Amino acid sequence: MNKPANQKKNKTVRFQTGIQESRRAVSNSLIEKIARFRNTRALDSVATVVITMLGWTAIFVLIGIAGFLIHSSIRAFDEVGIWSMIAGTDWFPTSSDARFGFLPAQVGSVWVTIVALAACVPIGVFSAVYLSEFASSKFRETAKAVIEFMVTIPSVVFGLIGLAVLVPLIRTYLPVDSGLIGLTAGLVVGIVCLPTVISISEDALRSVPNELRHGSFALGNTRWQTAYKVVLPAASSGVFAAIMLGMGRAIGETMVVLMLAGNAGIIPTSPFEAARTMTGTIAQETGEVVRGSVHFSVLFALGLVLFVATFIINLTADMILERSRKKWRR
Amino acid sequence: MTKAGKKTTITFSDYNSKGARRAEAIVRIFTATCCVAVMVLVAFLLGYLFIRGVGSISWSFIFDSPQDRMTGGGIWPAIVGTLWLIGLVSAFAMPVGIATGIYLAEIAKQSRPVRMLRVAIANMAGVPSVVYGLFGFAAFSLAFGLGKSLLAMGLTLACVTLPVVITATEEALRQIPTEQRQAAMALGCTRARTLGKIVLPTALPGIITGAILGLSRAAGETAPILFTGVAFFAPVATDIMQPSMALPYHLYIMATQPTTPAPHIVWGTALVLTGMLSITNAVIATWRSHKRRKLQW
Amino acid sequence: MVTAQRQESSQSGRFDIENVSVSYGSEKALQGVSFCIEPRRVTALIGPSGCGKSTLLRCFNRMNDAIDNVEVEGLIALNGEDINAKAVDAVSLRMYVGQVFQRPNPFPLSIYDNVAFGPRTQGVRKRDELDEIVIDSLKKAALYEEVKNSMKKHAFELSGGQQQRLCIARALATRPGVLLMDEPCSALDPISTGMIEETVQQLKEIMTIVMVTHNMQQAARISDTTAFLLRESIEEPAELIEICDTNTMFTQPSDIRTENYITGRFG
Repeated sequence: MNKPANQKKNKTVRFQTGIQESRRAVSNSLIEKIARFRNTRALDSVATVVITMLGWTAIFVLIGIAGFLIHSSIRAFDEVGIWSMIAGTDWFPTSSDARFGFLPAQVGSVWVTIVALAACVPIGVFSAVYLSEFASSKFRETAKAVIEFMVTIPSVVFGLIGLAVLVPLIRTYLPVDSGLIGLTAGLVVGIVCLPTVISISEDALRSVPNELRHGSFALGNTRWQTAYKVVLPAASSGVFAAIMLGMGRAIGETMVVLMLAGNAGIIPTSPFEAARTMTGTIAQETGEVVRGSVHFSVLFALGLVLFVATFIINLTADMILERSRKKWRR
Repeated sequence: MTKAGKKTTITFSDYNSKGARRAEAIVRIFTATCCVAVMVLVAFLLGYLFIRGVGSISWSFIFDSPQDRMTGGGIWPAIVGTLWLIGLVSAFAMPVGIATGIYLAEIAKQSRPVRMLRVAIANMAGVPSVVYGLFGFAAFSLAFGLGKSLLAMGLTLACVTLPVVITATEEALRQIPTEQRQAAMALGCTRARTLGKIVLPTALPGIITGAILGLSRAAGETAPILFTGVAFFAPVATDIMQPSMALPYHLYIMATQPTTPAPHIVWGTALVLTGMLSITNAVIATWRSHKRRKLQW
Repeated sequence: MVTAQRQESSQSGRFDIENVSVSYGSEKALQGVSFCIEPRRVTALIGPSGCGKSTLLRCFNRMNDAIDNVEVEGLIALNGEDINAKAVDAVSLRMYVGQVFQRPNPFPLSIYDNVAFGPRTQGVRKRDELDEIVIDSLKKAALYEEVKNSMKKHAFELSGGQQQRLCIARALATRPGVLLMDEPCSALDPISTGMIEETVQQLKEIMTIVMVTHNMQQAARISDTTAFLLRESIEEPAELIEICDTNTMFTQPSDIRTENYITGRFG
């Protein structure tokens, strides 16, 4: 039994468990063979190869997105030039003397985003503070479920409700001609961003270890004193990341601004004017543009600007979150 | 000190305690109001949709085609179009996304490039959906010659969903403690069997929840399908190479019609779309929390 | 039934370890360890934490393979075969060398399915055969009486001590020749610890047991042979200081460092 392995030099060395020894006599049916094949290296390699290939497919597709955007916008960079797009003040894509300045859309996006953040950040962060510092765990569970549920509602439905409810209100109570202005779009976009801001800042606040809170309580601080002296400073980077992610979401929101912002072609000087955003411009014009024209290519360049901007914002937020997560990991 | 039946607070130091307690009460009420306001907002949105839309819902609204130059009839072609899209997205995004998640979490060496790749993929979820629309238009409609078709729309929406599915899969796999994998390996399981018998079954509720949430997000998206094949009117789709109607676009286009408004169609469509997605999500969330309660590491 | 008589692997389960070194990346954790693990005896590995006991233990069933950039040098022979040789199938090795971990880690399955997991991996499909193996393994792990009426119960509903005995039963179900135990009692209460120690005493009749423990009393109570490992300073890798019969080790250690450790003067 314990003889050295010299006779079977070239064969795979296997050790026999009691089970295997007792099975050798009975294990030659096809079913048994299949059963044993399920734990072989062959199957392991096949599964690994299949998964790896599918994985790289997805990775190539996702990298391909940036590739296609760049490829399709090369003509715009050649013929219009990057600066006359990014810093151009006029957007007359179809006139005989065509101008492709992104500024009207960029400024429109900025106004909408500012309004959206002004609306959702205070409410969102305060709600997160309540949920993480004051609320009972039962209330927290319910509230989180309700708030997360908002993600389910498609943005086109938010746009519709904005049209039906908010636009008449704005027209009635503000001295504007039409309710379709940057402010309206910004407010609704703010609502769309709320779940992002609340759930991520709540996560950040909750990831602060309870030991810190208890230390502060032991010094005689109340919950609120603990929250703003200890918890909020400790979680500040996470909350900041939540706001950035909300910002990324606001810049990228398409349907709400398409339906509510008014889509005027000039640079808006305040949120009380009709505005067009980068997303709205793409959504409105790509369907009708002549394929292969300069205008077509310029829209891809605009998409590329949007892609780069949101990618950088999200990446920064992600890095901040990762770092703050590491801080409390033991 | 304390009279029977009456409670008094015993304070050991009166340093700032009265002011602090008042501030505490104010902040508690204020933040609670914010939180409740958000919840009321959600209830308002759903309630408003329901009240405006419920009157339109009828057998013929759901199962008929639009009539009278889009001012009457039903939305059946749009419902079918959205169901087609859900089917196509699940067919493309689910297997590829789940496999990628497994690859990144279990198979790829955890080196620096792989970590960067993972971060990049997670960030693709934050790229605006209209950018995916542009990509789908350039890639699927034009470069691959699929034109304006259900297939082009399905592939575009699959790309929107991919990062969500990948991230959810990775997240679910990371929840499984390393000890579980070690235990299976120590019993002589190959990696494939460890994955198939222990890791995946345990992570499955998380993976499925994430995938379906991604799917329902895709089903409600309008921007990615705007240029890739959605139609103002098309008959009930039978061929994936044809353009089709879809619920979110139908809602958008009907809501922004400058002439011949048909509010009952708009609100009915909104209710059908939101209802479909909400019910799916509520069911999946309940199922998940039920599964999760059984699994506490 | 054939399986009923064959209670254990007929191979003996003897390890010969020659000049084994383990390094994590560029850092050497363990150097020049040579000794022999006798079949059908309990060998305890003791030493202060961080001395490489668990690392050494993981070499015996090549669990180090799964950790990135761990390198094992030297010869580890099981029943005369070099287990790190190319021709050796690590999967079959791990079937033959069972392991019980520091913290109970049952699978999220029923009690029955946990124990039946190993045999199923090896192709056992027949219900009556599985039943027999499961019951037998649970009996050996001294858990059968407690769970015989609730085999379908989810393993997570058991107490910590029961879970650990379930993990032992799970490892025994493949009828291994060697059982590695990595501080199996460190997360358990004294009563559960006692039950597991008793189980170990019975198991050594049929298999080789290698046990890492930080608890010297435990090593003294249940092991036949004790090996003492020590890392003298952070810069140096850990080494094997002494290995001998447990009684000798705890009564007249030959090395002053061993004496210091077991009398509690450091570590």
